[in-house]
Amino acid sequence: MNDTLLVLVVITALCFDFTNGFHDTGNAMATSIATRALSPRVAVALSGVLNLVGAFLSLSVAATIASGLVDTKLVTLTVVAAGLAGGITWNLLTWLFGIPSSSSHALIGGVIGSTIAAAGGHAIQWKDLVAKVVIPAGLSPIIAALVAATGTYLLYRISRSLTDRARTHGFRIGQIGSASMVSLAHGTNDAQKTMGVITLALIVNRTVPSTASAPFWVILSCGLAISLGTYLGGWRVIRTLGKGLVEIESPQGMAAESASAAVILLSSSFGYSLSTTHVATGSIIGTGLGKKGAEVRWNVAGRMATAWLFTLPAAGVVGAGAYALAHLIGGNAGVIVDLVLLLAVAAAIYLRSRATKVDHNNVNDEWTGSVAPAEPEPAAAA
Amino acid sequence: MSWINLGEVWKVVVFGLLAGAGLPAIFALGLLSLSKGGRTQTAGADSDVVVGGNPAGMVAAAFCFLVVLAAIAWGIYEVYKIGHPAAK
Repeated sequence: MNDTLLVLVVITALCFDFTNGFHDTGNAMATSIATRALSPRVAVALSGVLNLVGAFLSLSVAATIASGLVDTKLVTLTVVAAGLAGGITWNLLTWLFGIPSSSSHALIGGVIGSTIAAAGGHAIQWKDLVAKVVIPAGLSPIIAALVAATGTYLLYRISRSLTDRARTHGFRIGQIGSASMVSLAHGTNDAQKTMGVITLALIVNRTVPSTASAPFWVILSCGLAISLGTYLGGWRVIRTLGKGLVEIESPQGMAAESASAAVILLSSSFGYSLSTTHVATGSIIGTGLGKKGAEVRWNVAGRMATAWLFTLPAAGVVGAGAYALAHLIGGNAGVIVDLVLLLAVAAAIYLRSRATKVDHNNVNDEWTGSVAPAEPEPAAAA
Repeated sequence: MSWINLGEVWKVVVFGLLAGAGLPAIFALGLLSLSKGGRTQTAGADSDVVVGGNPAGMVAAAFCFLVVLAAIAWGIYEVYKIGHPAAK
């Protein structure tokens, strides 16, 4: 029992949940913001509320995210803290570059890295890792793209006799509904992952018995953390998803979000824990493939895919390093040093992001090949 | 366990297409039915008027939108069920 350490781990886990929220706002709302179905601020507020509702829809965390992948008997609070540090670092870095990468992979990678550092490679269920994480990650964007491309084709085909403006008007309403479903599904899926980690920490610390499900305060605090993160909105990632990949019209937006919602909900019901980010990105690419004449910016997609490949190992390396450092110093002091370092990294990344600011004012600016829009010319601004 | 469960992958693909592409298509059919009638024709090519005013079209549209709403309600129920395994 080490309650000081437990409190630190819970706070760190909630910080991770917060980065999970703002990293993933774009999964649900990027297309609605891009087509102006919703104003940016209304979109993030709606998504935030629905994430909170989603967190409560799922009241029993069946299995913690890590329990199937690592030998929980070898996990300590220090391992969990170091793993979370790896996940948060990767989330913040990818956010800085506006890359929608999987928060779930960042978390899993971080925890696996710190577990290897603590107990060695035999503590990892490698086969489960490939079967439950790596293969679904490869398949889910392809399935989502197929569904979204089919949906996009059907929507344009059916609505071709409508005028452009009537079509835009009609599908914007459908977009709001489908994006709301994605937000709800996101709250359920992703908030549950942090609930699982906190429950794991409580079990490791013997605060609750090993068969316990998440206590109410865990559900509430995770729901609030992801909801607040979502509301603050990861504008950089929203911009890449909404403007960078494909120029989206409202029928495409509706097709993309419907595909994402369907694939996420179906996979969860079949027991696959997959990344909402991978699904949403696949869907958006699919809408570019399903509409004649639409252009998919494959260089942007390629950069994302590269980041996805690096997510597990990179978060793992940070997690392992954080564990090694904490272990070297030892005790609570080791974890505290880790967390102070994490805060310093977070502050540095935040300051760096201020130099090329993306917010609700410029999120929809013309895509010029970079996350941060070019500064408007003084003459053009007038 | 096997590396990959092809049976479940196919289920996700088939049901994904039905729900993820089929439902928006029904919504689009609803919009199309809604636009039948004189009002959209007189409104001109650059208008955003969607409601045409044809009674049969309105009924068909209402039916389409109801199907979509029912499917969404079912989807939310599914989310709830996943989180509450005992509440089956």
